[in-house]
Amino acid sequence: MTPRPDGRPSRAEIWVLGAAGLATFFGLWAALSGFGFVSPRFLPSPAAVAMRGIFLLAHPFAGASLPVHVLSSLGRYGLGFLLGACVGVPLGLLMGWYRLLDDIVTPIFDALRFVAPIAWVPFAALWFGTGIGGPVMVIFAGAFPPCLINAYRGARFVDKKFLEAARTLGAGNLRIIVEVLLPASVPSIVAGLRVGAGLGWQSLVGAELIVASSGVGYMMVQGQSAVSTTTVLSGMVAIGIVGYLVDLVLREIQTATQRRRGLA
Amino acid sequence: MSTITFDKVGRIFDSVTAIEEINLHVRDKEFVAIVGPSGCGKTTCLRMAAGLDFPSSGEVRVGERKVAGPGPDRAVVFQQFALFPWKSVYDNVDFGLRNKRVPASERRDRIAAVLKVMNLEGYERSFPHQLSGGMQQRVAIARAYVLDPAVLLMDEPFGALDAQTRVLMQEELVRLARVNPRTVLFITHGVEEAVYLADRVAIMTRRPGRIKEIMDIRSVREAERWDNRTRIEDVMDLESFVHLRTAIWRSLREEKTKETT
Repeated sequence: MTPRPDGRPSRAEIWVLGAAGLATFFGLWAALSGFGFVSPRFLPSPAAVAMRGIFLLAHPFAGASLPVHVLSSLGRYGLGFLLGACVGVPLGLLMGWYRLLDDIVTPIFDALRFVAPIAWVPFAALWFGTGIGGPVMVIFAGAFPPCLINAYRGARFVDKKFLEAARTLGAGNLRIIVEVLLPASVPSIVAGLRVGAGLGWQSLVGAELIVASSGVGYMMVQGQSAVSTTTVLSGMVAIGIVGYLVDLVLREIQTATQRRRGLA
Repeated sequence: MSTITFDKVGRIFDSVTAIEEINLHVRDKEFVAIVGPSGCGKTTCLRMAAGLDFPSSGEVRVGERKVAGPGPDRAVVFQQFALFPWKSVYDNVDFGLRNKRVPASERRDRIAAVLKVMNLEGYERSFPHQLSGGMQQRVAIARAYVLDPAVLLMDEPFGALDAQTRVLMQEELVRLARVNPRTVLFITHGVEEAVYLADRVAIMTRRPGRIKEIMDIRSVREAERWDNRTRIEDVMDLESFVHLRTAIWRSLREEKTKETT
């Protein structure tokens, strides 16, 4: 492979390097468990985890098969994320537009910002129970702040020339917010949705470890009780894959919005 | 009657006097260009007429009314076009008409007409980033013209265009101004552009900006029949044009020299 003029590795090289990294990771893992350095009870081989994962696709554990657990998690996740986005994005935009609202909300927001989503779990369980309400609130706690902050930044730093053009063309406040502020902030909003989606997903599984009676997190806790390390690891793999797929979808949306404006 | 009046207008930004005392009266359907060294406050003048900025002293009136904010009676064409990148050409032009609550069928007709005049037919569904700079600026002018504004405020509208496109746009603007005269305030640092387009040219001093002198172009244009020539280079060759251009250059040069000494 010839080096590129700018000295950065080529696409193919990046691919090879990435594959080498993964191979090393799984090789070390397989070696540790395969050669008896660590008891397979604590660290089963990658193959054993894969087998267990495939087994769980069709056979129930902790009340349901893995796909059913994943769907149950996704349902809560979708609800919590949607709630976070539907409250966070409009509120962020309005905070970027109305100075007064910004001044009122920002101190509250700053005070609550450092309470990690997981720290909401006990409160969420007390208030909304361990069924659907509790986990949804925890996801909301994870997804809401990035949605709000990015919408706020988008609105606050909208290029002034668009607002001035809209005003000289006779637009009122509502029309400017809907037709100028919102679309101008879309790149920032979508970036926020991506971060929020990631944090929400992470928070969800955390919440399910404690509250909930189904879902991937619940399955993992049950796996822990049954000392089934393969089940626990299968759950982790499922979390990783689903999280990656969710991000992939949002990344596509992000690229599509940029392409529409000729930015990508 | 749509006139623009700057009445003893001063503007101070954070204790820096940008404009000292501007007195200027743009008559109804008159095309006035303001030229001046960069930073002299000419854009500020335009923004105050648009209602995007306000005088620290004195007042700006459009017609008999003091300017209190932006309004669709005064359309603005910005240097950086300021087209909405998320709206198609059609929707960009439609935006102002919708704000004025013009009925849908009338909007369609007016947009079709203005796009035809600006040579933009067939680009209704295009987005700004798909167009060349010259076409983008034509959209911006169409967006202003479609409102049929009494007053047109143009802030270095051709500053971001390449030389050839600029010339074509200038000829286009002259054509528009003859067919459909408006009260125009036009900001530029291009002396030739000002002489070619304007009825009068106001020359500003360096900061703090004042109007140094006002040159009458119209009487010369009419006496020398510039309008019989459609191409800008034919007009620029005329002795009368060269004479005015040189006079304005000299006046501006004095300001430049002051700056460096």
